[in-house]
Amino acid sequence: MAAEVLARSLAEPAVLAADVKLPDIDYLAIAPMLVLFGAACVGVLAAAFVPQRLRYRVQVSLVIGALLVALGLIVTVARAGRAVATAGGAIAIDGPALFLQGSVAVLGVVAVLLIAERSLERGGAFVSRASLTPGSAADRDQAEQPGATEVYPLVSFALAGMMLFVSANDLLTLFVALEVFSLPLYLLCGLARRRRLLSQESAVKYFLLGAFSSAFFLYGVALLYGFAGATGLGALRKAVQAGDGNTTLLFLGLAMLAVGLLFKVAAVPFHVWTPDVYQGAPTPITALMAACTKVAAFGALLRVFTVAFPVGAVDWRPVLVAIAIATMLVGAVLAVTQTDIKRLLAYSSIANAGYVLTGVLALSAAGVAGSLFYLVAYGFVVLAAFGVVTLVRDADGEATHLSRWAGLGRRSPLVAGVFTFLMMAFAGIPLTSGFTSKFAVFSAALGSGQVTLVVVGVLSSAVLAFPYLRVVVLMYLSEPAEDTPTVSLPGTLTAAALAIGVLATALLGVAPAPVLDLAAKAVQFVS
Amino acid sequence: MGSYLGSYATLGLLLVVGAGFFAVAFLANRALRPHRPHAEKLTSYECGLDPVGGDWAQSQIRYYVYAYLYVLFAVESVFLFPWALVFDRPGFGMVTLAEMAVFIGVLALGLLYAWRKRVLHWT
Repeated sequence: MAAEVLARSLAEPAVLAADVKLPDIDYLAIAPMLVLFGAACVGVLAAAFVPQRLRYRVQVSLVIGALLVALGLIVTVARAGRAVATAGGAIAIDGPALFLQGSVAVLGVVAVLLIAERSLERGGAFVSRASLTPGSAADRDQAEQPGATEVYPLVSFALAGMMLFVSANDLLTLFVALEVFSLPLYLLCGLARRRRLLSQESAVKYFLLGAFSSAFFLYGVALLYGFAGATGLGALRKAVQAGDGNTTLLFLGLAMLAVGLLFKVAAVPFHVWTPDVYQGAPTPITALMAACTKVAAFGALLRVFTVAFPVGAVDWRPVLVAIAIATMLVGAVLAVTQTDIKRLLAYSSIANAGYVLTGVLALSAAGVAGSLFYLVAYGFVVLAAFGVVTLVRDADGEATHLSRWAGLGRRSPLVAGVFTFLMMAFAGIPLTSGFTSKFAVFSAALGSGQVTLVVVGVLSSAVLAFPYLRVVVLMYLSEPAEDTPTVSLPGTLTAAALAIGVLATALLGVAPAPVLDLAAKAVQFVS
Repeated sequence: MGSYLGSYATLGLLLVVGAGFFAVAFLANRALRPHRPHAEKLTSYECGLDPVGGDWAQSQIRYYVYAYLYVLFAVESVFLFPWALVFDRPGFGMVTLAEMAVFIGVLALGLLYAWRKRVLHWT
């Protein structure tokens, strides 16, 4: 019988071919991603063919230019007010997708400013070859060479992948986008100029655990395909609502899919990679991951859970509530015990993932809007905070141990002041974006009756304020030691990134209305 | 059930027969042969030569690049075959041709980069 089928398909390819339809593609709607992917491809060519001395400038202007063009296109598409599912329903360009794509583009520009900084360290924060044995002659040699410009196409690919990730309307597209933005990040983590061993460790850890979570994700997709016979989110929703399939496949598939997504947002218990990777990766890349990856991962999480798995049909809320509570508590409590500023910020980013989950779990328009706003506000704060971390240096590069920050306020009042402001924003003090964003997600959750979540959220915020304020106290009230590191004068690019981050944090705290309105208008998913 | 999994029955049968054949052959071999171990006999067989060094040897990392490029273009051809069946049919036309050109162009970009960075040189 199998032979018959084979013979028939060989004899009549026309029958099969006629079933293939070319999907309609709305090229304007996906133009932002195409621009960025195109720029990344051109960047690969530039890395190979542009003369060495021009490469850095060409690459930086290419990636920043592409991001700005993409941002312009996103605004154009958003103004046209269209919400479409295009490319055979594989990509949905709707309110949340456009808002998140815009966020990725804006935060991406700031992150690229940090990445492109070359005046703090000769040749920039990156080396050319990630895989050389640390401490070997070749590795010591490359520490003196200017860094590779391949960093910029890699960042473009990662950002374009994130844009695809937040608009993917099909589980397979979602998976492809996941890999497109993850693979460059794995590599970028291993390129730190200083502390090569730590950097390589972080890259390998991120890669292995990321590959593991991808496998979970893919297995979940396979099981859900078994359940619904389709991978499109809309088709999945119909199958879930009809409820006549094999529910074992549905629950197992949903769980595994959730593991893959929660790994990327760094929710407890899938968070263990975060501190090590955030610490070992080059600080600008850590900033990129903390800001943009978080936006992308939460965007996909929101879309998958809202569109494909309506709560009326399959109630995943209790599990995610438990995860959100664990995330907030573990992140906050472990942040208290940290002695390294990058690890502290990593645990704080875990706790913040819990707060965004609170907004997601409100399951209302206000909740979605609150989460979107939170992601943008948090992205700016965390970019600026890691920007400050790149400035506090001694002879061995960045001085990330907290004891080295003692007395920094006396030596460099401006940088200490900026960092204090950012810590206030993290802690959620009023007049900073931290307050407005926390207020947005907590009030949305309260409006949906998630009292437990809000109580835990507020309590963990109080706990989390302690490590932030401890850094502030350390900077101002401790005597500067002999070996307190000097604060480097920021280069133009870092200064610009810091200014944007701090301004946005202040603006979103004082006058959040425009962005909140934008988020509130952008809550409708299509499928 | 019957119609869907039935077509796999032949394959399943073949697997069972294959595993059985393998097991019977080796068990018969073990049961019938004389068993007289000797140090010479227990060394690795390497085309009649005396084996040199241990069995835990590093292989040249450079092969990885070639294997990688090979896989890349082997996978590309998987996409090319179904495309070749449909691209001249009504409703496809130049767009389909251009899309495949873009796809191959992106892959060629990688090869171009590898060539320019002298990855393909064997030195």
